[in-house]
Amino acid sequence: MRVTALLALAWVALLAGCSDESRPVLGGDAENGRLLLRQFGCIGCHRIPGVAGATGNVGPPLDGVGRRVYLAGVLPNSPANMMRWIRDPQSFGFETAMPDLQVTESQARDMVAYLQELK
Amino acid sequence: MLDNIQSALAPRGPEAAGILEITWVLVVGGALIFTLVLALTALAFFAPPRWLAGKGLIIGAGIVFPVITLAALLIYTLLAAPRLSAVEPADVTIEVVGHQWWWRVNYLDARGEVDFATANEIHLPVGRTVELRLRSADVLHSFWVPSLAGKLDLIPGKDNRLRLAATEAAVLRGQCAEYCGGPHAQMALFVVAEAPERFEAWRAAQRQPAAIAAEDAADSEAASGRRLFLSHCTTCHTVRGTRAEGELGPDLTHFASRLSLGAGILPNNRATVAGWIAGNQHLKPDNLMPEFRFDSGELRTLAHWLETLE
Repeated sequence: MRVTALLALAWVALLAGCSDESRPVLGGDAENGRLLLRQFGCIGCHRIPGVAGATGNVGPPLDGVGRRVYLAGVLPNSPANMMRWIRDPQSFGFETAMPDLQVTESQARDMVAYLQELK
Repeated sequence: MLDNIQSALAPRGPEAAGILEITWVLVVGGALIFTLVLALTALAFFAPPRWLAGKGLIIGAGIVFPVITLAALLIYTLLAAPRLSAVEPADVTIEVVGHQWWWRVNYLDARGEVDFATANEIHLPVGRTVELRLRSADVLHSFWVPSLAGKLDLIPGKDNRLRLAATEAAVLRGQCAEYCGGPHAQMALFVVAEAPERFEAWRAAQRQPAAIAAEDAADSEAASGRRLFLSHCTTCHTVRGTRAEGELGPDLTHFASRLSLGAGILPNNRATVAGWIAGNQHLKPDNLMPEFRFDSGELRTLAHWLETLE
């Protein structure tokens, strides 16, 4: 019994330690985002854990992108910046091979919800 | 739209429906006989009646029953077989040539000449008989669209003919069903079955060369994308209406009208086509297209032009 209680306590402590208060989240449906990442063909260029067929190596792999500090090496990684990047990567004024795919705001929000979970 | 797009259990034509019917007769019939044998075995173990040891059962269940059942099944399958491939003359004739690892699709005219070429996508009019002439350019492949018909091999040096019809409008998926080396698993295709008038509109549009002239004035990005294409891609690809007349890879005249890229493996949009040009060996290892190292602006420009080829 005592061991079980200790384990439970340790688990609660672990969960508390995981909470990441520093990143504001924008909501969004992560599961739908995962499907959209496939449908829009993000998989052609990026390796994305949990997305079928995502073997591309044209752009950076997205494993751990939720913890990455800069997006595209320049933008501070926040859900808002990630959404803007997905919707219009050309709008930041520097050269990138990533095209604008006419992703809607709510689609981008769902994609970000999934990507920000990749720690 | 994408439910059951590649399932022999969801037939969209009489040929596939016939195969499914035979499958059910065999599976259900086999299960019934198996259950009966198990019941007799249990009876023999736990409460053997006298008749179970007699000659009657051996003659009846061992000889008469199999002879009658197998003869009936033989007659049934012989009668069912003609339904597995349509016999009516075809309204549309399409030559499908298997390549490592994609499908060349040539629509033929009344004289059997190539009317126009496309790739990795077949459009059919619903309710009409379609004849597919299956050929191979290199090794064995097998054409299999489970919702429409059974498999038929593409054999080097031989023309195989498959007649089929679609009974409802649907987007279906098929794939190569005979191991053909390397990325065989990534050799897929889409079949778009559509109402006859929509099919005719599609066919009329596919016959046209690519619309080039109008775009130069309106869209300078497209024009520079086209210049890049013409200086790098013409050895292997054709775009009718330009001087690109390569035959090694798929005809790209109406590339943007297709659902997929890389023989059914990626959705077709300007991001995936850019990813394909720059990194196709990661997406489909050993395919015959080289990777190109354009700078990022050029890559976007080229992808943009390809996506104007409606």
